[in-house]
Amino acid sequence: MARAEILKTYKIYIGGKFPRTESGRYYTPKQDGKSLGNICLSSRKDFRNAVVAARNAFGSWSNATAFNRSQVLYRIAEMLEGRKAQFVEELMQQGSSKAKAEKEVFAAIDRIIYFAGWCDKYSQIFSAVNPVATSHFNFTAPEPTGVVSVVAPEDTSLIGLVSGIIPVIASGNTCVVLVSESKPLCAVTFAEVLNSSDVPGGAVNILTGHTKELLSHMASHMDVNAFLYARGDKKELLEIQKQAVENLKRVVHYDFSDVYAEKHQNPYYIEDFVEMKTTWHPIEKIGASGSGY
Amino acid sequence: MSKKTIAINFDTGWDLNPAPESTSHIQLNEQYQLFIGGKWVKPESGKYFATINPATEEKIAMVAEANEKDVDKAVKAARKAYNDVWSKMPAAERGKYIYRIARLMQEKARELAVIETMDGGKPIRESRDIDIPLAAAHFFYYAGWADKLNYAFPNRHPQSLGVAGQITPWNFPLLMAAWKIAPALATGNTVVLKPAETTPLTALKLAEIIQESGLPDGVVNIVTGAGATGAAVVNHKDVDKIAFTGSTGVGKIIQNAVAGTNKKVTLELGGKAANIIFEDAALDQAVEGIINGIYFNQGHVCCAGSRLFVQESVYDTVLRKLKDRMESLVVGNPLDKNTDVGAINSKEQLATIHNYLKIGKQEGGEMYQSNCSTPKKGYWCKPTLFTNLSQSNRIVQEEIFGPVLAVQTFRTVSEVIEKANNTPFGLSAGVWTDKGSKLFNLTAQMRAGIIWGNTYNKFDPTSPFGGYKESGFGREGGLHGLKPYLKF
Repeated sequence: MARAEILKTYKIYIGGKFPRTESGRYYTPKQDGKSLGNICLSSRKDFRNAVVAARNAFGSWSNATAFNRSQVLYRIAEMLEGRKAQFVEELMQQGSSKAKAEKEVFAAIDRIIYFAGWCDKYSQIFSAVNPVATSHFNFTAPEPTGVVSVVAPEDTSLIGLVSGIIPVIASGNTCVVLVSESKPLCAVTFAEVLNSSDVPGGAVNILTGHTKELLSHMASHMDVNAFLYARGDKKELLEIQKQAVENLKRVVHYDFSDVYAEKHQNPYYIEDFVEMKTTWHPIEKIGASGSGY
Repeated sequence: MSKKTIAINFDTGWDLNPAPESTSHIQLNEQYQLFIGGKWVKPESGKYFATINPATEEKIAMVAEANEKDVDKAVKAARKAYNDVWSKMPAAERGKYIYRIARLMQEKARELAVIETMDGGKPIRESRDIDIPLAAAHFFYYAGWADKLNYAFPNRHPQSLGVAGQITPWNFPLLMAAWKIAPALATGNTVVLKPAETTPLTALKLAEIIQESGLPDGVVNIVTGAGATGAAVVNHKDVDKIAFTGSTGVGKIIQNAVAGTNKKVTLELGGKAANIIFEDAALDQAVEGIINGIYFNQGHVCCAGSRLFVQESVYDTVLRKLKDRMESLVVGNPLDKNTDVGAINSKEQLATIHNYLKIGKQEGGEMYQSNCSTPKKGYWCKPTLFTNLSQSNRIVQEEIFGPVLAVQTFRTVSEVIEKANNTPFGLSAGVWTDKGSKLFNLTAQMRAGIIWGNTYNKFDPTSPFGGYKESGFGREGGLHGLKPYLKF
């Protein structure tokens, strides 16, 4: 007799834990008429809980050393590499061919490695020591913006998600991500990868559900500092921009329709979610005799 | 707490003699038109408004009020100049024009300083030593960037945006115009600038300088008016970029207005900066820094250090020194070279400040003002501080934009970090301590764009300026000030 398979219960990821949605609701996306599973239909309350978790994690993640963040990101890639077969399988379940699925997983891993390397370098690219005309030491350096709402692409399950999240957290931001509604499987499994990669609980929170239901909450929440929208719907983007006004969220829009392209790998993606801080301090000029020594 | 307060007696009979700056050498018209396409153009609106000297309440000049049609003309002139001349000009040539503007400003610095002080009420010492030299330096700095942009952004190809609509505030009229125009021109954009309605004169003098510099017609256009004029600039369909400095409230209106458009936006908005004194600070220097932090330019400064946090152990000493120093501030005629605190910029702003003084007292704050006399005419507010406050008091949370300091105390480092960051703003902060490691901890923990360690209110063209959170986004100044005017 054939062995009965253990079917996976797809959960969401908040504060480093895997709850089902507090609302108890689900939806059932289908591929070729076949159900992909009972996926959590996350609620506004789930989102708000996730923001609390993200804010709590911001202190520790943003204060981690750049070298440490670099290693943690590298660790994500290691974990993903080790579980690539599972991702390929899920991608095929969601309609991908085997070749396409492999391409997507490999690209995602390589992209994580790419940004892992930037963690302790990007600030050297974007910083400056400013030659002010008074006797002060003055420098400008980037700091993470804070908590970021991310709406990951709808048409890809993994590569778009990774391309959105990784540059955001590379600098020390934390985020709450709403993933592809029709292809949610990889995102949930990616949460398991994050969970085993030394990414602090709450640094990345992953929700599944209806974009229509969650979008305005993600855009209007007063404790969210920035918004990454990685889809192409102009109406949704306008709604986000309008809702983001009340606390002046930084709204960034990416066109990920060609997400594999090499142009999507550069440190300016990290720069989109940092704030430049300029620090001044006086320099004492006593005893400067003009000597060349 | 019936401690005997020892105050220094400043009533010694050694008053300073008046030392007024002469106004004889300045050239002002009785009426100003709009500066569009390199020419002075009468407004379609047919309307003019008076600009007032806030220290005397006398009218200085009449200034044209631009309506939508006027703004449209200005944008068209800017577009034409962009298409026909400015975008085609070699970058090095572009730079030379900007250098010319810088030099002309330096040549006319004295005249500009006097007009700035007459129109806005700020002490001549400040307009002469800070506003005007910095404004000229800003043009000088960005002029040199014009042909070097490819070095600023590794592996990218910067391109200009087109027409920039720029709206400036009344607190540093010419300096803010320089902050806006210089980087816009260096990056190859053309400009429509709307200066604040209470202080338009130095921007109009700048228009004369621009004419004199031979800058091609229409590259810079200056339209005067109030909020409606600014709205026309923001909402004009052919503007590619909005740069705004002003209140957070208006910033949000602008952000809302540009949603769904391709306009790039820089917002430099309000602040409620914490200025933090630790017990190990050099207290006399720190007190100077606090005075400069809040009473500089009558407190009409977005990055003013309006919230003072004093470590409890030195609270009594600091407060005594602070009050003594407040007593020695000279309040009065802005044109007098001895004046430290000039006139409040407008009647409306004075009413706003008075309202906050009332609120501060109603909410239980204890108000202290210096014992100076103020002139009979004009708009004045004595240097003021409040004690006995809590975090939720409105004068602790809201931007007053006047010479009003909210004093609070703290015991531990973590407490003051929490309190200092507890506002929706994040423009600037100050930290006073003699311990380097503590200073760097604090500068790192402050969620604000500009941090002054053992100094305050310092500005430089090479130094990026701008806020976190609801203090806006984008940077002005320095290499980082180029990006908001470029696409890649």
